[in-house]
Amino acid sequence: MPAILESQNLVKKYGDFTAVKGVTFDIKEGEIFSLLGPNGAGKTTTISMLSTLYTPTSGDATIGGHSITKDPMAVKQVIGVVPQDLALYEDLTAKENLVFWGQMYGLGGKSLNSRVDEVLDQIGLADKAKNRVKTYSGGMKRRVNIGVGLLHKPRLLFMDEPTVGIDPQSRRAILDTVKDLNEQGMTVLYTTHYMEEAQELSDRVGIIDHGELIALGTQDELTKQVGQTETLILHIGENEDPEALAKAIRSVDGVQKADVTDNEVSVITSDAKDILAAVVTQANERGIRIRSMDIREPNLEAVFLNLTGRALRD
Amino acid sequence: MLKLLLIGLKDLKLMFRDRAALLLMLLTPFLLTLGMGLVTGQFSGDNNSGISDIPVVIVNLDNDSLGNALVDIFNSDDLADLVEPASSQDPEAARRQVDEDEVAAAIIIPAGFTQSVIPQGNAAPNEELTIEFYSNPSRPTSAGIVKAILDGFLARLDEMRLGGVTTITQLLASGRIQPQDANQVGEEIGERLQSAAANGNEATAITLNTSTSEEEANEFNALAYFAPGMALMFLMYTVSYGGRSILAEKAEGTLPRLLVSPTNSTQVLGGKVFGIFLMGAAQMLILIGASTLFFGLNWGNTLSVILLVLVAVFGATGWGLLITALARTPAQIGSVGSAVMLIFAMLGGSFIQLDNLPAIIQTIGRITPNAWAMDGFLTLALGGTLTLLSPPILALLTMGILLFLISAALFGRKNLIQK
Ligand SMILES: Nc1ncnc2c1ncn2[C@@H]1O[C@H](COP(=O)(O)OP(=O)(O)O)[C@@H](O)[C@H]1O
Ligand SMILES: [Mg+2]
Repeated sequence: MPAILESQNLVKKYGDFTAVKGVTFDIKEGEIFSLLGPNGAGKTTTISMLSTLYTPTSGDATIGGHSITKDPMAVKQVIGVVPQDLALYEDLTAKENLVFWGQMYGLGGKSLNSRVDEVLDQIGLADKAKNRVKTYSGGMKRRVNIGVGLLHKPRLLFMDEPTVGIDPQSRRAILDTVKDLNEQGMTVLYTTHYMEEAQELSDRVGIIDHGELIALGTQDELTKQVGQTETLILHIGENEDPEALAKAIRSVDGVQKADVTDNEVSVITSDAKDILAAVVTQANERGIRIRSMDIREPNLEAVFLNLTGRALRD
Repeated sequence: MLKLLLIGLKDLKLMFRDRAALLLMLLTPFLLTLGMGLVTGQFSGDNNSGISDIPVVIVNLDNDSLGNALVDIFNSDDLADLVEPASSQDPEAARRQVDEDEVAAAIIIPAGFTQSVIPQGNAAPNEELTIEFYSNPSRPTSAGIVKAILDGFLARLDEMRLGGVTTITQLLASGRIQPQDANQVGEEIGERLQSAAANGNEATAITLNTSTSEEEANEFNALAYFAPGMALMFLMYTVSYGGRSILAEKAEGTLPRLLVSPTNSTQVLGGKVFGIFLMGAAQMLILIGASTLFFGLNWGNTLSVILLVLVAVFGATGWGLLITALARTPAQIGSVGSAVMLIFAMLGGSFIQLDNLPAIIQTIGRITPNAWAMDGFLTLALGGTLTLLSPPILALLTMGILLFLISAALFGRKNLIQK
C-alpha cells in the first residue's frame, strides 16, 4: 500500500516549550492509524500541523503528495478534519451547519443538499436536523462535529479524540462510524488516550508521549516488545494508600514493575497467577483492602506502561 | 469571493438568532428614541426639540425676487420652530453678531443677486454673485442646519438654471417658496430665462412641471434628532459585537476550522468584516424603517439615506475592527466596545447637541462616525439632497479606509491565525 501521509521530523515549539519533538511516521492508504498518548502528549499539536493550521517549527510532511508547508491549499482538499473541541455554530441547526461547512469546501447546489442529507443519515441525525445544535446532547454535537469533516468525502480523515466526554452509546456509535468509513475506503488518522479504542480500531498505532513517538507498529508488533508479560490490576478502596502497596509489591519475587494510577496499582509480571498469593499477603499485612482485581493479557496499555512507567490514563 | 459573502451572511443569520444582541441592537435604541421623544414633548404636540429657534441673521441686499424668496423661506411656518431669523441691512454688523456668538450664522445676499443668476432682458450675463454664509464655529449643528436650508435653496436654483427642468412646483412643495409668491417668481424666472434663451444664451426655457414632487416639507422635531442619534450610538455596539465574534470564533474553534478548509485567511477575515458591515447596515435600516413606520418620521430622500447608512456603517466597522485588533479576549472587546459606544455617543452628539459642548470637544467629536453621520442625517431630514452630503460621506469613507488599514496592520502583527 502506498503512503497517503508521510511526516518527516515534525517539530513544534510554543515559545521555549517543545510540544512535538521530531515526529516521523507514515500512514498507508486505506488504514486506520492511531496516535495513542496521554493528555498533553502532543497529539493535537501534531494534527494541527498536519492539517496546515499551525506551521511546523521544523520538519515537513506530505499528504497525497503535497507538502503541508509548501502547498497547504492542495493538502486541505485531501483531508477532512474533526477537531478535538467542538467547532460548530451552536445557534445554527445541524443542517445549516453542514450546508455552511459544505460551502466552505466548495460544494453547492443540488449536490450539496444531497450530500448533506447523506451525512445526516450517516451520523444518525436526519430526524433532528432542523434543531439548533445548542439543543443537542454532547454525543449528538460530537456526531455533527464528525459530519462536518465528512462532507467533501476526504481521502484522509483526521479525528482528534472524537469520543472524549460522551456517553457509552454515543461512543459506540462513533467507533462504528469510524469502522464503516474505513470499510468504504477512507483512510483515518485517529488520536486517543483510550487504549481500548486504539486497540479496537487501528491497523497500526503510534504511541506518543511528551512530544515523542516512542513506539510505532501494528498491535502485534508492539505487544511483542513487552514480551510474555501480563498486567495485574488491583483496585483498592478510596481511603487506602496505593503508593504503600505498590512499594511493598515491588519486593515480591517475579514482579517486574508496579505503578500507581488513582486507586489502582498496575503490576507487570510474566505470570500473574504466580504472584497473586504474595500480593494479597502484602496487602493484608498493611491492612489495605483490595476491592477487585483484573488480569490483562499483553496490550497497548502494558506497552505504554513498560515504556514510560506510567499508566495511559492520567 | 463567494465564500466571503457566505461567511458574512452566516454572521447576519447568527445575529438574528441572538436575542440578547437584538435587544441591544434594535429594541433599546428604538425605546430610547421613543423615550426621548416623550421627554422632549414630541407627542404632546409641542414641537419643542433639542434643536429649535436657531438664531440666524439675514442681510438681504438683493431685494429682488430670489433674495426675497430666500428670506420668505426662513420666515415660513414650516421652519418657524426651527429657526428664528432676524433681518439686517448691515453685513458687518451681522458678521459681528456671529463672532460674538449671538447667532448661529449670518446669510448675506449681495445686491443684484437675482439679476446675476437670471439675466434680465438683453443685458449681458453678469458675473455670478454668491450668497455669503458666515457661520459660527462653536455651533456647528445649528449652523449646519441653517446651511442645509440655504444649500437646499441653492441646489434648486442650480437645477433650475442648468437642467431647464422647472422647479417651481418643487420649490412650492418643499416649502421653499410660499404659494402666494410662486406665480410671481415663476413668471419672472420664466420670462427672464426665455428672453435669455432668445438671446442665444445657454439657459433653456423653463416649463412648468406639473408632476407632483416626491419631496415634502420635512418637519424637524426631536425624534428626527434622537432617532439617528440612538441608531448611531447602538451601531457602535453592533460593530464591536461583530468584532467580538472574530475572537469568539477563534476561541470556539470555528475560525481554525474555517482555516483548515480550503478557504484562505483573506476570505475568512474578509467574510467576518463583511458580516460586521451587514449587521450594522441591517440594524440601521431596520431602525430607520421602524421609526418611519411607528413615529411617522421622515428621514428624507430614500436613496440618499441608504447611501449615508452604508458609509456610516463602513466608518463604524473600521472602529469595530480597531477595537478587535487591540483586544485580547472577546470579553475585553465587550467592555471596551461599550465604553467606546458611550464615549462616541457623547462626543458625536448622539445625546447632546454638539453645539452645547465646548469647542474642543466638538473638534474631537469629529473622530467619531456618529458626528459625521449625524450631520448627514440632519441634512437629509431637512430635505437636503445627495449633493449636500459630500462632507460627511467623504469623512466617513476616509475614516473607514484609514481604520481598515491600521487594523489590518495590527491583525498581521497579532498573528490572529497562526500559532
Ligand atoms: N497554544 C499553546 N501554547 C503553549 N503550549 C501549548 C499550546 N497548545 C498546547 N500546548 C502544550 O503542548 C503540549 C501538547 O499539547 P497537545 O498537542 O494539545 O496535547 P494532546 O492533544 O496530546 O493532549 C501540552 O503540554 C500543552 O500544554
Ligand atoms: Mg488533544
